[in-house]
Amino acid sequence: MIKLDSKIPEGPIAEKWSKHKNSLRLVNPANKKKLEIIVVGTGLAGASAASSLGELGYNVKVFCFQDTPRRAHSVAAQGGINAAKNYKNDGDSVHRLFYDMVKGGDYRAREANVYRAAEVSNQVIDHYTALGVPFARDYGGALDNRSFGGVQVSRTFYAKGQTGQQCLLGTYSSLSRQIAKGRVKMYSRRDMLDVVVIDGKARGIITRNLITGEIERHGAHAVVLATGGYGTVFYLSTLALGSNATAAWSAHKKGALFANPSFIQIHPTSIPVLNDYQCKLTLMSESLRNDGRVWVPKEKGDKRHPNSITEEERDYYLERRYPAFGNLVPRDVASRAAKERCDAGYGVGDTGLSVYLDFKDSIAKQGQKAIQDKYGNLFEMYEKITGINPYNEPMRIYPAGHYTMGGLWVDYNLMTTIPGLYAIGESNFSDHGANRLGASSLMQCSGDGYFILPYTISDYLADDIRTPKTDTNHLEFERAEKEVKDRIDRLMAVNGTQTTSSFHKRLGKILWDHCGMFRNAEGLKKGRELLDQLEEEFWKEIKIPGTPDELNQELEKAIKVADFFEVGRLMIEDALARNESCGAHFREEYQTEQGEAKRDDANYAYVAAWEYHGHAKKPALHKEPLKFEFVELKERSYK
Amino acid sequence: MDIKLKIWRQKNATTKGRFEDYELSDVSPEMSFLEMLDYLNKQLIEEGKEPVTFEHDCREGICGTCGLYINGRPHGPQQHTTTCELHMRAFKDGDTIVVEPWRSKAFPIIKDLAVDRSAFDKIMQAGGFVNIATGSAPEANSIPINKKISDRAFDASVCIGCGACVAACKNSSAMLFVAAKVSQFALLPQGKVEAADRVQRMVEKMDELGFGFCSNTYACEFDCPKGISVEFIAQMNREFLSAKLCSHKGH
Ligand SMILES: Cc1cc2nc3c(=O)[nH]c(=O)nc-3n(C[C@H](O)[C@H](O)[C@H](O)COP(=O)(O)OP(=O)(O)OC[C@H]3O[C@@H](n4cnc5c(N)ncnc54)[C@H](O)[C@@H]3O)c2cc1C
Ligand code: SF4
Ligand code: FES
Repeated sequence: MIKLDSKIPEGPIAEKWSKHKNSLRLVNPANKKKLEIIVVGTGLAGASAASSLGELGYNVKVFCFQDTPRRAHSVAAQGGINAAKNYKNDGDSVHRLFYDMVKGGDYRAREANVYRAAEVSNQVIDHYTALGVPFARDYGGALDNRSFGGVQVSRTFYAKGQTGQQCLLGTYSSLSRQIAKGRVKMYSRRDMLDVVVIDGKARGIITRNLITGEIERHGAHAVVLATGGYGTVFYLSTLALGSNATAAWSAHKKGALFANPSFIQIHPTSIPVLNDYQCKLTLMSESLRNDGRVWVPKEKGDKRHPNSITEEERDYYLERRYPAFGNLVPRDVASRAAKERCDAGYGVGDTGLSVYLDFKDSIAKQGQKAIQDKYGNLFEMYEKITGINPYNEPMRIYPAGHYTMGGLWVDYNLMTTIPGLYAIGESNFSDHGANRLGASSLMQCSGDGYFILPYTISDYLADDIRTPKTDTNHLEFERAEKEVKDRIDRLMAVNGTQTTSSFHKRLGKILWDHCGMFRNAEGLKKGRELLDQLEEEFWKEIKIPGTPDELNQELEKAIKVADFFEVGRLMIEDALARNESCGAHFREEYQTEQGEAKRDDANYAYVAAWEYHGHAKKPALHKEPLKFEFVELKERSYK
Repeated sequence: MDIKLKIWRQKNATTKGRFEDYELSDVSPEMSFLEMLDYLNKQLIEEGKEPVTFEHDCREGICGTCGLYINGRPHGPQQHTTTCELHMRAFKDGDTIVVEPWRSKAFPIIKDLAVDRSAFDKIMQAGGFVNIATGSAPEANSIPINKKISDRAFDASVCIGCGACVAACKNSSAMLFVAAKVSQFALLPQGKVEAADRVQRMVEKMDELGFGFCSNTYACEFDCPKGISVEFIAQMNREFLSAKLCSHKGH
């Protein structure tokens, strides 16, 4: 029987982490050498963890599916990374950052974890700066900050629209240093397909070598998953195409609980769908909303060129509805407001599924140069994709599937319900509640990897200093390898007529329509039916050319999509079980008269952690009650 | 629009490759180049043939995974544009497009259009980092940096590691890639103390891995999707020279 124990330390919120750190056991340097740790993922979370653990003296093996760690999806983050430095003297503090995140997450995050993320944020910025990350600076040579969606202070550090790239390259460089020293061994072009559990503890993983197709066994004393988010479940999303749920899902099947799977953030400012072959929606960073104003025409179906629609004929609906935050309202609020306007017939563009993001006023006020300095590369990216120059006419944007707040359930030590298996960064569920505020994921991923996991994992490993190297001939490795091979053979054997991508696209549409920005019980049930049918068809009709023992990109995709069906089913289950609206989870049955999300704290102030009971079988729901001792539970308002 | 494709097909590193011809109709000018290849692959799979292997991930010009020779130019005809950002509106109805993998000894072909660029990682491991351990960083604002210098370091730092510079160079030199990293750190106070060591180690590694020398033809800058300037090569040469001089003095 699984028992959820969040292991949140006692005491005042500001002292929990430092007290806890002092009570965690240490491993002495001589013993660290004998201990092996597997880290899967080389994004900000994985690469920072691997390099820090390597520095500490552990033997680290790190994996990614790309050809090099520098290409992990963190590289694509555009807008920025938060920290509570209060460099702008605008009243920021660890407590305020903590408060904004708890409120932004619609009171569905765990207070203690959020506070700790805010607490280590300042160290994260110090470390990146020391690594040579060229964050923006002002003329006096000090670091510059800007503000980001959902907050009223300027606490976001940025490097033009390439913050993720710069932070990841910084982390990749420290990882390279450890690889050179031989402390970390890098395994690129590997897909992790299963985790191996021996006597109830995570002891290794099974990977597929993407070049040779070989199924490999890797043993360790502990396994850390840093495998990112699964927003690609919607097919069209802002994520890199290789992003997937497979690693986390394999852990779920082995007993790790999966928390809040239906909390998937829809990002309000992505380039809208332009054609039928599109497989990706490109994000336009939220930072653009600092200077861009969002509007639609006041007149329904007004098809005139945006530049010939006068000021009086425009509806700046965010400024109208949310005067205190205006264009800076959080993502869930901005996304719903855009969809509401489009559904009501005010959308622009050929499809009517977009709204304008206009820089006219800022360009007039600050000059084109200033805007170019801040967002130049985003403007270029927009022009390359759409062929439209956003300096001369407004961008068109629409919401798109983006960030997964759901993920593997972890306790305060970032350990899943499988002892020795950790989940960090976007692959866990813990810090963002039902909605993530901008620039706080890079902060969390880096904090987890650099400053949290290295402490907590030693507490677990302290018991393992006498455990010999894991034997990869163990029966459990054999069994896991066989399961992986059987699954691949089963996929290859179907030999139907349809491509994997066509199934992924149809699955994505079902989830977007029925478990997307708005949900209701009836639609969710309908979605479940459609998903079941499509999955059945998938296993009869999928076609994978080539063989499994070579570089086979179609097979790689098929393995991921097969898992997406199961993830999608759990998302629907989770959305159905939560009879309230909160953050990204908007159940139409539960809204205020003004059309805002209506929470039910009496009945749903919990983390929904699901236990796997077999394919398409009803999973078991475990509830971790959320206590709010340090912020008052109240209605979330941005008016 | 209708287009013809000549694509390099090669089963694996040890097999000989050849060009194959394909014809595609109903290509939309709105498609990206890679979406056009997806479209081709869909047809190939449905016809029971093997799809073309090509590499990609972010599809928004930042991860550096994609990169093809298109009509004789790395990343295609548009300057400062990665292959994934290139759109079919850059071509005309009836065009024939030749698609090849990066050609460089240091980047062996894996399959079809995919090559192995791990040599870049090895160069980075030779010294492309600042030696700072987690937990030992000083307060970020304790090291003020002139904005102009910091902006210049940023300009060097945006390299996506795609390898187009190597592919474009007639000598397969990795100078631009290495120079970008060396310059970023050489400009900033954080990387200064070890700048001399870094440049020597990275340059030696580059030579050892079989990249060619730089003969100042500037093809790298011209074809770099991120517009990294050859001025950084000059900066690196200065760093390298002064590092050599210093080491003679017994540093
Ligand atoms: C377009 C975009 C813009 C964003 N902008 C911002 C921003 O401005 N600020 C912010 O705070 N956040 C932003 N985010 C969110 C943020 O970038 C991510 O949440 C964060 O980078 C995730 O980091 P990670 O380390 O958890 O995972 P990732 O960086 O996604 O890395 C995942 C790693 O796991 C590996 N992996 C995955 N599956 C497997 C497998 N089966 N086998 C082997 N390896 C595997 C991958 O190879 C990769 O190395 C943005 C996200 C997107 C999509
Ligand atoms: S210097 Fe330019 S061409 Fe060379 S790897 Fe970097 S981004 Fe690519
Ligand atoms: S796919 Fe990432 S740069 Fe082209």
